[in-house]
Amino acid sequence: MRYSVASLIANAFSGNRNWTPAWREPEPKSRYDVVIVGGGGHGLATAYYLAREHGIRNVAIVEKGWLGSGNIGRNTTLIRSNYLLPGNEPFYEWSLKLWEGLEQEFNFNAMVSQRGVLNLYHSDAQRDAFTRRGNAMRMHGVDAELLDREGVRRMLPFFDYDNARFPIMGALLQRRGGTVRHDAVAWGYGRGADEMGVDIIQHCEVTGIRVENGRATGVETSRGFIGCDRLALAAAGNSSVVAAMAGLRLPIESHVLQAFVSEGLKPFIDTVVTFGAGHFYISQSDKGGLVFGGDLDGYNSYAQRGNLATVEHVFEAGLAMIPGLSRVKALRSWGGVMDMSMDGSPIIDKTPIPNLYLNCGWCYGGFKATPASGWCFAHLIARDEPHPVAREMRLDRFARGYLIDENGRGAQANLH
Amino acid sequence: MASLIPCPHCGMRPKEEFTIRGAVPDSRPAWGAPIDDPQWFSAVYLRTNPRGRLREHWYHGAGCGRWLIVERDNLSHAVHDVADARARALAGDRT
Amino acid sequence: MSSRRLPEGGLIDRSRPIDFTFDGHKLSGFAGDTLASALLANGRRLVGRSFKYHRPRGILTAGSAEPNALVTVGTGGRREPNVRATMAELHEGMVAESQNRWPSLRFDLGAVNQLFSPFLAAGFYYKTFMWPAALWEKLYEPLIRRAAGLGKATYERDPDRFEKRWAHCDLLVIGAGPAGLTAALTAARSGARVVLVDEQSLPGGSLLGERESVDDMAASDWARQVADELDTMPNVRVLPRTTAFGWYDSNLFGALERVQKHRAEIDAALPVERLWRIAARRAVLASGAEERPLVFGGNDRPGIMIAGAMRTYLNRYAVAPGRKVAIFTNGDAAYRTARDLQARGVEVAAVIDSRPAVSGASAATRTIHGGLVTRSFGGQGLKGIEILGNGKYERIGVDALAMSGGYTPIINLACQRGGRPIWNEGLQAFLAPENEGLAMAGSAAGIYGLADCLRDGIGKAQAALGELGIKPARFDPPKTTEEAGTGFKALWHVGESRAKAFVDFQNDVTVSDLGLAVREGYGHIEHAKRYTTTGMATDQGKLSNLNAIGIVAEARGKSPAEIGTTTFRPFYTPVSFGAIVGANREKHFQPVRKSPLHGWAEANGAVFVEAGLWYRSAWFPRNGETHWRQSADREAANVRTNVGVCDVSTLGKIEIFGPDAPEFLNRVYCNGFAKLPVGKARYGLMLREDGFIYDDGTTSRLAEDHYFMTTTTAQAAGVMTHLEFCAQILWPELDVRFASVTDQWAQMAIAGPKSRAVIAELVDRDISNDAFPFLAAADLTVLGTLPARLFGISFSGELAYELAVPARSGKRVADAVMEAGAKHGIMPYGTEALSVLRIEKGHVTHSEINGTVVPDDLGMGRMASQAKDYVGRAMLGREALRAENRMQLVGLRPAGADRLIRAGSHLLERHAPPSTENDQGHITSACYSPALGHHIALALLRRGHARHGEEIRVWDGLRGEEFPVLVCEPAFVDPRNEKLHA
Repeated sequence: MRYSVASLIANAFSGNRNWTPAWREPEPKSRYDVVIVGGGGHGLATAYYLAREHGIRNVAIVEKGWLGSGNIGRNTTLIRSNYLLPGNEPFYEWSLKLWEGLEQEFNFNAMVSQRGVLNLYHSDAQRDAFTRRGNAMRMHGVDAELLDREGVRRMLPFFDYDNARFPIMGALLQRRGGTVRHDAVAWGYGRGADEMGVDIIQHCEVTGIRVENGRATGVETSRGFIGCDRLALAAAGNSSVVAAMAGLRLPIESHVLQAFVSEGLKPFIDTVVTFGAGHFYISQSDKGGLVFGGDLDGYNSYAQRGNLATVEHVFEAGLAMIPGLSRVKALRSWGGVMDMSMDGSPIIDKTPIPNLYLNCGWCYGGFKATPASGWCFAHLIARDEPHPVAREMRLDRFARGYLIDENGRGAQANLH
Repeated sequence: MASLIPCPHCGMRPKEEFTIRGAVPDSRPAWGAPIDDPQWFSAVYLRTNPRGRLREHWYHGAGCGRWLIVERDNLSHAVHDVADARARALAGDRT
Repeated sequence: MSSRRLPEGGLIDRSRPIDFTFDGHKLSGFAGDTLASALLANGRRLVGRSFKYHRPRGILTAGSAEPNALVTVGTGGRREPNVRATMAELHEGMVAESQNRWPSLRFDLGAVNQLFSPFLAAGFYYKTFMWPAALWEKLYEPLIRRAAGLGKATYERDPDRFEKRWAHCDLLVIGAGPAGLTAALTAARSGARVVLVDEQSLPGGSLLGERESVDDMAASDWARQVADELDTMPNVRVLPRTTAFGWYDSNLFGALERVQKHRAEIDAALPVERLWRIAARRAVLASGAEERPLVFGGNDRPGIMIAGAMRTYLNRYAVAPGRKVAIFTNGDAAYRTARDLQARGVEVAAVIDSRPAVSGASAATRTIHGGLVTRSFGGQGLKGIEILGNGKYERIGVDALAMSGGYTPIINLACQRGGRPIWNEGLQAFLAPENEGLAMAGSAAGIYGLADCLRDGIGKAQAALGELGIKPARFDPPKTTEEAGTGFKALWHVGESRAKAFVDFQNDVTVSDLGLAVREGYGHIEHAKRYTTTGMATDQGKLSNLNAIGIVAEARGKSPAEIGTTTFRPFYTPVSFGAIVGANREKHFQPVRKSPLHGWAEANGAVFVEAGLWYRSAWFPRNGETHWRQSADREAANVRTNVGVCDVSTLGKIEIFGPDAPEFLNRVYCNGFAKLPVGKARYGLMLREDGFIYDDGTTSRLAEDHYFMTTTTAQAAGVMTHLEFCAQILWPELDVRFASVTDQWAQMAIAGPKSRAVIAELVDRDISNDAFPFLAAADLTVLGTLPARLFGISFSGELAYELAVPARSGKRVADAVMEAGAKHGIMPYGTEALSVLRIEKGHVTHSEINGTVVPDDLGMGRMASQAKDYVGRAMLGREALRAENRMQLVGLRPAGADRLIRAGSHLLERHAPPSTENDQGHITSACYSPALGHHIALALLRRGHARHGEEIRVWDGLRGEEFPVLVCEPAFVDPRNEKLHA
């Protein structure tokens, strides 16, 4: 059923009784051309683009929980393409371009809101690093502006300019960055993929990968064996566990990242802002909640929950940036499992098993990447070669030294 | 687990006192091993990253200054064992 | 509006009237009132507006689950939005305002949304506002955002204090209701260390609203007596007004104490709120149960209230909820409400009990068994209800309705660490799973009778003490009066209702919204929540979640057990930023580190700059200089011609001892250190295990088994951690020890052609070039007797020394240096001049050592030894780290007229258009060189080593600048190092 103003009106007059399900709940078939492990944003987008761009529609997504129950359902909704390195920037810009036309394309309002992303800087060295990054963006034709302190003050007059431990000196601004209603992305891709014939199989946990004669032939699941010609892993925080079923060990550690939402407030902050003197970023949702987060808890975890010490660090940084937050109350905190790669950048690549494809290592940047990740992964699966904008996101780059290390932190997962 | 850590030298201490390096590699080549030994790459970059029990390197920087091996469950966050890493290494556990 | 205050009774102090305002109207209440009870006493039923439809709303509860009565309290920096009126203790002069209405609470234009409600069903916004795309940010979203949110936050800074504390105990008891009090008392009398927290101002929990007696006294008196006894015990801490909001690993609880929120005058010596981190060996969660609303048409009208809350207003606050009240229930407990209302002279029109036959509960009024309330009437306050009983619809006039939909044990905290709730068919509710360290007690455990709760508290405390090996004191449960039953039969919603029946009050989620979600495939409870927003309001579904689960279960033909719950997360109730931050705000956000020479620099007029946690002296303005460049240029030039002194105390300093120290250093540095003689310093390059440069610095050998290492300021702690890692984990057999002494030594660089003359006056030994050449290091004394260390080290490229003295003597020595240098024209110089000098010399900092460079990139390839193993060697051998087209360090100078060159600019070939493919690198550091009289820069340029002499382009697209530069050697001053040995 196509969503439109007309359909909304027609259904309103019929008591909203005639809306049809957004997706089917199919029983798994015995085999598919492609099986995708993971019904989160990346898996759903991959299936959508496989069907739409490559005509491969005999596809199943197997998801152990509910559709969109991974990090697409628990992130802080930011989109941006303000990356430094040539291995990243073209990919994230492609993603932002896809975001810009996504809703009309899949006929679902995901509230893509390009309200701007500001990265504050507090020192000369930080300004220089942001200048370098902004120029890398401009080199690729991406919008970026460098604001001085007064430029920031004009946009955000209520930040702490006068009494701060680390005074705000300016910011790097990407106006095309912003936020998206995260669940709606999963629903939009899921509905679109389903419409083109993709089977989304929820509550179906992969328990094994069958490898015969050096090829993956299917997955053992809680709902039986499902065969496939090509197997694609998009399991985010659980990537290592799934890859281990095929005997692979990845350059990945799973870490917990917490995020937070405040009580609903009348419009308070209109852009996305990241603090430069501590780990903190914030935006305000269309419902009025301030959505914010900070750094990893730091330890390996699959638990989707964090601890109080990190909560305190995040809030301290937030208040250092915006004194008026003092009486604002946090409503809820939660945790997601991050597939932290050893250089902070993702992997979209083939594996030593020829028909097994891998999509992981998103660290905490996976949400904004959803469209391009799906697009490039679909391309890789369909053509057996990397998409040009993801050509550096290789699995063997660690062994060969072609790292994509935006911050130069090195081979320690929790520093990225 | 990660709210309070039972340091073998200092007793129960809050997480903020520690620096966490990450998972203990599965193996590490001996000092002076040839640079083409694949174990080097594996020790620096590859992680088993199991769901469940694992070992991590924690440094008690605001306490005794000792590196610890924290063995714990990364799903329940229960701590099973915290040991002095050097003592372990001297006992032959070199990872 | 006439007073609803009853002439007597209640736990209020009628001798202390309190004036307050609501939406500018002057009203009054009594000490002991909440804002909610005072508003009710003043006859105010309309208190707020709902989120989506702006429906008029009143007061639904008497506790922390309140979804409707949210108000803004306070002014200026104390303005607090979304305060639950039911939890706000009234204080003199309280200024409260209603929210989410315009222009006024009574006449709210937003209520027009109700007319469009057929178009505004769950998820409507996902299906529209898409055309044309450009209108989303310009039109649709601004409209939506204007309608979003509830209260309005302040932008002003908070004038009050907040703080954080730790507490440790054997047993934490959460909730001072009947079960919590007996649990705490049992543990306290057993000698255990006990902390008892409760979110209310008075102990007693549910007892505060009931007319039961315990031990032959009023239940509230009994609770007060127990709390008083606990208060006097040294092993007990009782924290009223304290909400445990989160359960974290290691049985650590976060709790928020509202220390002064109830006070009119804020005592500046105390925090307004205090965050407690409570490390509990065991905990008992006696958090009680919520009474569920019933879901029928118009169940949100002001005047409709939870039955138990109605008893609380009657008994605790002496407020009559109305003149004529009806009661709609599916269980026995609401009959108590009828009894209490009648006891206080309020007319009870009818009890409508959805159950056909009742287990003995009865009321002295008309009772309709198998009856339903199908809708309510009234505008902004209840005027009547429609009843369906015995197959007939009937309308009766009432101005208040109590509803009782059964109990939901409050298990939130117990499910915050991953445990999933378990459906209990008998109780028609979810209970907490078994947890280690946390036991459920009383109605939180699904035990509803008063006597049973009192007993359960004792039992749970005894069990916890037993686990801890503490012998429990014997404690007989107190006597109680007989009480009404607590049984009920779930009624998820009234299917016969046509009008909007609200499940989630605040977010305006109705039964039909949930039905729509199920029809559209969003039937998983997580999907239903996210699609309809049920349970996502400020109350986090405390009242609504179970009804939503029941309704979804019914629609899907499943049981609530199969549907399950959404995830319970902190915070149990919302917690302010202020409380979580405590004192770490504004200037105190992070600690401040000051060099031992800070005072000296201050006395010399330094301007300071933040560098990590440090404040470093950046420049020293003189003679009316108004721009930092004037000072920095002068200071740098003076170093080149005379002599300058700079505070370098912030460098990391590590003492290294042990017979294996030489071998250790030889392993951690990529260059050789095994043969460094005593009395010599050496520059060292330290790699990470992945082969990239980690840090650089000098290390001096002061004795056979004693070295002194310096690190960069930024990596001081990191290097220390790294050294310990190497020593303890990689090479435990090496006998070597470290001590961080960054704070113990004041260290100054004395640089310039006249530096030797200055130093010579201070030290006790010959420092001629022969006796103390470049890279010499020695322990010596200065100013006669003061122990010091002198190093022949130069960052500026001039003849220079670094002098380290004990921190407490730093200022004295620095003053002496200035005095000795006066005749040589000595001046202090700051980090700006330091930076200029090092760029002129081509020395690198973390601008160049950015975590992605290897030694060869910086022209130090030959330092990486071929003759030994060192940290990072294996990974340094990787293909990409040895590739020919790497970014390599070069110098840049203007190719024509001088102009400003800025770090962060990128580089292009002479005629290449800007693109990612054409990007040739970037400028890492840049400055004006007083020595050369023009701007210079250091850059990482692709294949830079081979491109000296080439003209390339600087490209700064951010600032729209583009100009030619010449690639050159990175050392602009004295490339042959002649000055160092002068």
